[in-house]
Amino acid sequence: MTIDVPRIITSRFDRDDSFTLSGYEATGGYQALRKALASSPQAVADEVKAASLLGRGGAGFPAGVKWGLAPENVWPRYLVVNGDESEPGTYKDRMLMELDPHQLIEGVLLACYGIGCGQAFLYVRGEMALAQERIAQALNDAYAAGYVGKNILGTNFSVDVILTWGAGAYIVGEETALIESLEGNRGMPRLKPPFFPAAKGLYMQPTIVNNVETLSNLPWIINNGGEAFAALGAETSRGTRMFAVSGHVKTPGVFEVEYGVTTFRDLIYKPEYAGGILGDRELKAFIPGGASAPWFFEEHLDLPLEKVTVDRAGSMLGSGAIVVMDETTDAVKACLRVVRFFARESCGKCTPCREGTTWLEQILQRIYDGFGRPTDLDLLMDVSDNISPGITWPPKQTTICPLGPSAVSPIASAMKRFRPEFEARIAFAEQNRSSVPVDFPKAASHA
Amino acid sequence: MPESEAPPIDGVSVEINGHEVIARKGELLIDAAERAGTYIPRFCYHERMKPVGMCRMCLVEVDTGRGPALQPSCMIECTPGMKVDTESEITKKAQDGVLEFLLVNHPLDCPVCDKGGECPLQDQTMAFGPGESRFVEEKRHKEKPIPISDLVLLDRERCILCDRCTRFAKEVAGDPLIHFINRGNNTEINTFPDEPFSSYFSGNTVQICPVGALTASSYRFKARPWDLDTTESTCQMCSVGCRISIDSSRDEVQRFAGVDIDPVNWGWLCDKGRFSSEAVNADGRLSEPLLREGDSLVPARWSDALRRASDALAKASSPQAIGIIGGARLTNEDNYAWAKLAKGVLGTDNVDAQLGDGLPAEVVLGLPAATIDDVCAPGGTVLLLAPDVKEELPVLFLRLRHAAVNDRVTLIEISPRTTGITSLAKASVQPRPGEVGELVRALVAGSNADRDIAGIAVDEINSIRSLLSAANGPLKVVLGRSSVAESADAVVDAAAAVIEARPDTRFLPVLRRANVRGALDMGMAPGVLPGRVALDDGRDWYESRWTKVPATRGLDTEGILRAAADGRIDVLVLLGADPLSDFPDQDLAARALTGARTVISIDTILNASSRRADVVLAAAGFAEKAGTTTNIEGRVNTVSQRVTPPGTARPDWMLATEIASRLGTEFGFSSPQDILDEIGSIAPAHLGLSIEVLATSPDGIVLPLDLPVDEIAEEAIDAAIEEIVDEVVAEIEAEIEEPVDDFIDVLAMADDDGFVPGSTPRLVSFVSDAPLPVPPLDSYAFRLIATRKLYDQGTIVQSAASLAPLAPGTSLLVNPWDLDRLGVAESGRVTVRSSRASLTLSVTSDPGVPRGAAALVVSQADVRVGELIDVGDPVTEIRIETA
Repeated sequence: MTIDVPRIITSRFDRDDSFTLSGYEATGGYQALRKALASSPQAVADEVKAASLLGRGGAGFPAGVKWGLAPENVWPRYLVVNGDESEPGTYKDRMLMELDPHQLIEGVLLACYGIGCGQAFLYVRGEMALAQERIAQALNDAYAAGYVGKNILGTNFSVDVILTWGAGAYIVGEETALIESLEGNRGMPRLKPPFFPAAKGLYMQPTIVNNVETLSNLPWIINNGGEAFAALGAETSRGTRMFAVSGHVKTPGVFEVEYGVTTFRDLIYKPEYAGGILGDRELKAFIPGGASAPWFFEEHLDLPLEKVTVDRAGSMLGSGAIVVMDETTDAVKACLRVVRFFARESCGKCTPCREGTTWLEQILQRIYDGFGRPTDLDLLMDVSDNISPGITWPPKQTTICPLGPSAVSPIASAMKRFRPEFEARIAFAEQNRSSVPVDFPKAASHA
Repeated sequence: MPESEAPPIDGVSVEINGHEVIARKGELLIDAAERAGTYIPRFCYHERMKPVGMCRMCLVEVDTGRGPALQPSCMIECTPGMKVDTESEITKKAQDGVLEFLLVNHPLDCPVCDKGGECPLQDQTMAFGPGESRFVEEKRHKEKPIPISDLVLLDRERCILCDRCTRFAKEVAGDPLIHFINRGNNTEINTFPDEPFSSYFSGNTVQICPVGALTASSYRFKARPWDLDTTESTCQMCSVGCRISIDSSRDEVQRFAGVDIDPVNWGWLCDKGRFSSEAVNADGRLSEPLLREGDSLVPARWSDALRRASDALAKASSPQAIGIIGGARLTNEDNYAWAKLAKGVLGTDNVDAQLGDGLPAEVVLGLPAATIDDVCAPGGTVLLLAPDVKEELPVLFLRLRHAAVNDRVTLIEISPRTTGITSLAKASVQPRPGEVGELVRALVAGSNADRDIAGIAVDEINSIRSLLSAANGPLKVVLGRSSVAESADAVVDAAAAVIEARPDTRFLPVLRRANVRGALDMGMAPGVLPGRVALDDGRDWYESRWTKVPATRGLDTEGILRAAADGRIDVLVLLGADPLSDFPDQDLAARALTGARTVISIDTILNASSRRADVVLAAAGFAEKAGTTTNIEGRVNTVSQRVTPPGTARPDWMLATEIASRLGTEFGFSSPQDILDEIGSIAPAHLGLSIEVLATSPDGIVLPLDLPVDEIAEEAIDAAIEEIVDEVVAEIEAEIEEPVDDFIDVLAMADDDGFVPGSTPRLVSFVSDAPLPVPPLDSYAFRLIATRKLYDQGTIVQSAASLAPLAPGTSLLVNPWDLDRLGVAESGRVTVRSSRASLTLSVTSDPGVPRGAAALVVSQADVRVGELIDVGDPVTEIRIETA
């Protein structure tokens, strides 16, 4: 397997001791910290800005710009690390935390130095036991070695890193809900404005929330310079980026690729990546950036993995999760499956999301079970419209956070492309009116 | 909020539906729009709680320069140039959508729902919603209703998860006992397992619930909103004076609800006030007079009963042989009529509205007064020398809690034991009973203390001293009687110390019984006359207006009871008073009832004392008569009649008028308004008060009226004090030797000269005597603390079916250190011995009780604390022995 781009954040993934302090130190670990501490915080922030590092959590907001949003001279300010990776199909942060926890910790320290934080909160998804174990060990080792804590490496720079475990709510991946959870409340998003974390975040103090992958890039950027990072990639998408490919592919996995250059076709079909579709069947659709992203189809395969290009094509790279569906996929069932995820993960705060996503799930379930009515398709679209007015991309929302509109994406995609499949199920139901669910023949979906 | 309020000068100009609206700085869009006449529908938003923006009903299109977007108007502050469209297609679609979503899982059982007919969900669906639902799936099902407290039931199917009740519990009441559980479509409100929502304020959640999810056990299925007749009134379950609405149906009171007035209750009520509605129709309400025949009381005709009462009064050997106790249950008009009967007709000054558990009238009326708003003003410092406000004046607790939590008010508590507000106080100390005066003297002294006082360490004294001296602006003191097991002298001494050291201090006296303040204002206390004047100061004024005035100062309740016990009282009148249950010294009360020759009780329900009376006159109770009441602040507001009294029960003023007539004096009162007119024209502190003036101020009026009175209806004032002005104009004209044009000039001039218009007597001023010395500390003895709980054996609580079982009972609370010292096991039985009696009861360890003291709750079942207390002693010493 040859990959001819520099491996920036997965460079240690092949080493058996990648997660240990000695392994990390032996491969250049904590050198960036030393280098940063010898320069000014501003210099660190400038390097990150020069790198044009986009946030890797989903929204793709430039990290350097985000750091600058905290109001000046308001202290204390906090760094919150979002390790609550829960989007179906997304598992890149988990690999980074399991296989290279020190890289993340060094990234956290660099960010704290650049932003001016004395405390960082590492919020790791509750279900990731190994990641928690390794990060906890790495933190203990880093404290013991003087990389974290008081007077780091003999300087007057001190940072405490607090490790917190999630309790199993997808919504806590949303930054304001994560902050609520950190404060000990229910994970429910806050309205922005006024609660932009950079201004009023954790404990109502300025708070920078960064993703695990974003921060894991920092040691390389400081060691090699922001310019070197920005030299990789294309357009607005610089450096490398991890993509998790899953679904109907031969070799699912996480791949670090040059951002903005590699295409979806490369990633799905090249043998060094996902290796093509299972059984060499035809592609039906793929989700380009996590369950909330509108679906892409064959005509999108040659788009580069580049933020703006993908945005313009009507979807997003989001959390970097590519889910491939082959020709045997039942569009109604796939749609139902994704909508059910969002319905179950709705926090219950906003009425349209709490009631609407479940209603959508119920309608889809009914159609799938053979009880669909001809009016249900318009109803699906109108209920969707009441959650996400206009069903546009990027979505508008009647809710506080984008979870509700996320449930609309698969419906909009599937209905646009595969409406005949929905209609066929409803037509079948109309012909076989019954008080018990009917077994819908498989062939009907391809009729 | 008054409609006439002028737009503020530093307002923010926004455009709502094409019209310019001037919003206040920082005002939420939803409020600004409502003030401008555009109602934006809402469910989660409540103006007395922090917005959460979660129901999404108030979405409107807002354009702040980046194009129109749907925004929740309850979360958006108005900014200059903001353009808002509350009626656009997109807004309308969003509102339709949200309402349809809310109804998706709502059971739509409106025909059997208590809320139907007054339901925001129903109303707003009619006004803003789509006509019908497209939802054909099965709705959510949950077990219902489930009790979440003794008083409130929850229907989780009707709930729309607006977060109002939960926010109320956490933000307002400070009892975060209900919360969301589960997630998404399975979210529900519930309590923690085995932890009921036992808050004193739980009923408010029923009132603010925008659907019928929370219902009160006392009102379920009792009435339909469209059958209810509603009148505003003022709650009489304590003296805070919460504004309420009384709803009745078929001439029966069905429920009370809070009405939002800014200066007092903000719409909230305590559960005792709210659910006391049940007591109005209680079994056992007196509907006719009773006369003693041998051992029993038998129904009688009014003419017979009134004759027997007036004969007894007429035959009393001297005015001093008549004693009248009570008045807190009465309206101001009732009290005035009774004061006029007692002092102006019978000539006795042995009148006391308090039952030996309050403060002297001169203290209450004479100290410089603070309103609740003054006490809660942001950034201030408040000294609490008061009973547990959460137990005795719960809505005052809510206001103080809000002040401490949200408005940076520093609370400093000095209480006999820790209270419901202790955790909110910046400092809280528990001095030994009887020694609070000395402690407070040290706290306000010019220099640091050099020794421990009253059991409080010197360091603690000095740190509180520095908190007090750092106070921003005048100090405010909430002053009351924290324990009836010690005399009032100590706390009066403490007040004297504060006012001496800091003369700008203002006081909020917190007597607890309903209209006790109004009774004192109306002269129902020894040494005072109506309108807050001292007997001697007001003698000339009243002699010319009434027929006579008592020659000398009379006795207070303790004095009357002592005189009665000694056989010196011929007629004892109990005006809604039950000294056998409520006077701190029960032995004395019992001897007094035996010693008095004739006992006349005027009450709504028979109580321990009235069962021993010779004449019982049935009185109209709350919601059965109109008039005015006065709260702890001295704020006068109306109480209203909503239903007819049971049987032939009559208002107290009518009884006084009847008796006076039988004694040969015609008061000429044929309605409460006649009495109010007389009060407003002769009671010095009440001059100018009239029903018209009250009508202009739904928040009530704090007396005395602030003259000149451009803010209140001048005409009404004119009419009311015309008489007085006529009298004095001539006097002034003579003095300045030229005619004056109108009376406002007279008043202005009068003010300049320091001359009080109409030569009205000066108002009572504060005096204090040196307190009785407290006996030296005896290391074997404990000093008793006797406090109250919200729910007790009081007549009204026990007459309200929902509240009666909530009285918690009492056990002896002792500091764990003392418990150890005594060698008594927790919850073991002990015998408590005082100079008077001994009681056997169980003991509980409580670190909130100071060492060397022991606490009991009065007026609870089985433990008659009053038997231990001798009111002649400054403190009650007890010994504790294992039983």
